[in-house]
Parts: sequence; structure tokens; C-alpha cells
Amino acid sequence: MAVAHALRPPSPLPWLAATVAGLVVWAALYSQLVPFSDWLVSLLPVERHSHLGEAIAFFFYDVPKVLLLLTLVVFAMGVVRSFFSPERTRALLAGRHEGIGNVMAASLGIVTPFCSCSAVPLFIGFVSAGVPLGVTFSFLIAAPMVNEIALGLLFALLGWKVALTYLGFGLGIAIVAGWVIGKLKLEAWLEPWVLAIHAGAVALPEATQTWPDRIRAGLEAVREIVGRVWYWIIAGIAAGALIHGYAPEELLASIMGKEAWWSVPAAVVIGIPMYSNAAGIIPVVDALLGKGAALGTVLAFMMSVIALSLPEMIILRKVLSLKLIAVFVGVVGTGILAVGFLFNLLFA
Amino acid sequence: MAKDVKVLGPGCKRCDRAVAMAHDAAAQTGVAVTVEKVTDYAAIAGYGIAATPGIVVDGKVVHAGGLPKPEDLARWISG
Repeated sequence: MAVAHALRPPSPLPWLAATVAGLVVWAALYSQLVPFSDWLVSLLPVERHSHLGEAIAFFFYDVPKVLLLLTLVVFAMGVVRSFFSPERTRALLAGRHEGIGNVMAASLGIVTPFCSCSAVPLFIGFVSAGVPLGVTFSFLIAAPMVNEIALGLLFALLGWKVALTYLGFGLGIAIVAGWVIGKLKLEAWLEPWVLAIHAGAVALPEATQTWPDRIRAGLEAVREIVGRVWYWIIAGIAAGALIHGYAPEELLASIMGKEAWWSVPAAVVIGIPMYSNAAGIIPVVDALLGKGAALGTVLAFMMSVIALSLPEMIILRKVLSLKLIAVFVGVVGTGILAVGFLFNLLFA
Repeated sequence: MAKDVKVLGPGCKRCDRAVAMAHDAAAQTGVAVTVEKVTDYAAIAGYGIAATPGIVVDGKVVHAGGLPKPEDLARWISG
């Protein structure tokens, strides 16, 4: 892919061919993960089945595996997102009624390109163009919670079933929480200056997007996102490897296991002040699960870290009253609690 | 008269890159520009965009959300 990047051919075929070639190289690398990690450990003067040997093998297998899978997911999402824009999403949502509007907003939240520094302009832009408040919230809850980093890492570490379940429950929380906030009719709790803006929606000139552009968007997403989170992932997997090699199983099972019902609310509360290092937390989460922590508790922790973050609330405080932020935290927090308990009940 | 270019954004990294890109495009096309950053949320929202950075040339919104393609930016500035 890197070779084709320098050229700018008029036909999309070289780009598509380079993408296919890139995928083949990716698959070849992925198939060599276990021999690679075994080979690395065999070079070290460490007994393979000692605590240290286990921890090192875990680390050398997981780091390349997670980075490879994350790169693939981020690339795919980057290409998919080139088909969407916040302006187009807003036009789709403007004037929608609650219910179908919430479902559409949460789904579009996953595929619409969105960065957290855009949260406030996006919020005002949606509300002032006639997107109902509850529908806007469905979008704002889903967009950060069901993101490519969380999905990619869950897929890499815990498998596609857990990743899909996270996707489903994340969407569910965004839909229901937005619907509830809409039903509460809290428009008056916005900051007054927000209500005063009636900008409407601007019509942008249609951007020309070709397939090479979309593939480039995918590569750009990889460069930006994987470039930003790779060291968190390595640190997280290192911590996970230590837990994997050393932490006693009974200890974690008693603190974070299914029997300890209070661990779910505790996980949500602990998650709120933590922010955006989902990339570093998920590998730890993976190791905790391996030592007997309950899946629901762990997922509740993750969702809380990602969806209820203190810095984002401070940014949103510019447009929302404290009362409205409290409602937002209460409704979303309740949804996360429900997911945590449900998971612990469903997955033995 | 110099073209009036405004970059709308609360001050994230991308907004700074968009400002630099606007200067580059001006240098490349030989068009005289004044580039101004708009960071006030109410002012940004007043342009009707939903994603930042946004780019406004002579009062007209030409781009919103993410970085534009350099060739598009050059076209807007010289157009």
C-alpha cells in the first residue's frame, strides 16, 4: 500500500490492486503470529512455562495480533466513513420524530466521522437545524461509545461475539437513553445562547470522492488512530501480561466475579473519571477476564470509561446546563448498569 | 483585494493544520489571502456547519469536517 501511495494514477485499478495486495500481506503476517511469538521467547534465557515465560509469550503474541486486527478494523471504518459526513447525517435526522429518529441517529453515530473536539459545534449544529434534542443525544452517545478502537480491540482480544454484543448493547443504550431524554422535554435546560442560534443548515458544495480517495481516507485513519493509540496498547498489554502471569485467580474472581453484584456499579463509578484510554484499558480487561472477572462487570467498566467521560462533560457544559448533564449521566449510567447485570446473568 | 479566508474550529490540532493548508494553497496559487481563525462556539455555529474545521472563503462556507484535499482548497481560494 505504501508504494502506491506515492503515485496518483487516474484509474482506480492500481489502488484497488494495492489494497488487495495489502490485505494478502496482512493475512500472511497474521498467520505467522504464533510461530513468531514462540520463536522470540525461545531466543530469551527464560523457561517457557515459568510465570515470566508465560507473561512474555502472552505479550509477544498479543501485541502484533492486536495491532494487526486494529489496523484492519480502523482501515475498514475509515473507508466506510468516507461515505458519510455530519452534514449529511444532520440532513437525514432533521425533523425526525422520536423513535425511528433515535434508531437512525444511533446507527449513523457509528459510521459518521466524528472527533471529540467537534462535539460542541455538532451539538449546536444539530439542534439549531431542527434535529430533536433526544435524537441528537442518541447520536452523541453512540458516536464515541461504539467506536472503531473499542470494536477493533474487543474483536482482537475477545472475539467477534463479544464485539458484536458490545455493538448491539451500545446501540441499545444510545437509542433508549436518547428516547428517554427526548420524552423528558428538557429543551429549556440548554444554555440560553444555544437556543438563540437559528443558523439552519448550510448547503455545502458536493465533494468529489473517488475510490482512491476513499482508500486514502482509510489509510489516513490508520495513520491517525493507530499512530495515536499504539503505545497505550503496548502499555495495556504489558500490564495485562503481568496480570496473566502473576495475579492469583481467586482474588479477582471474588472482587470482580459474578457473585459480587456491587462490582457492576463500582465499575461504572470508577470508569467515569477515566478517559479515552480505551486502547490501554481493553488489554487489561482481557487479562482480568482470563482470571475470573465477570464479562458484564468488565463491559460496564469499559462503557463507562468511554461514554461517560469527565473531560467530555466539561466540554458539553458550554452548551448544557448542569441539570441536563446530570440527567445525561443518570440515564446513560442506568443503561450501562443494566447491560452489566444482564451480561452477568446471560453469560455463565 | 485579498481573499478573506476563515477557519472555523475551537482550536484542535486539525484546525491548526487547516490554517497552515490555507496559507500553503495561497502561496501555491499566488492568491493574496487573509486567514482568520474563528474559535468562538456561537460564531462557528452561526455558519450552520456541524463539524469542524470549517472553511469559509469570502463569506461562503466551502468545507466542513476534517481536512480538505489540497487541490480542492486551492480551487476554492483561486475561484
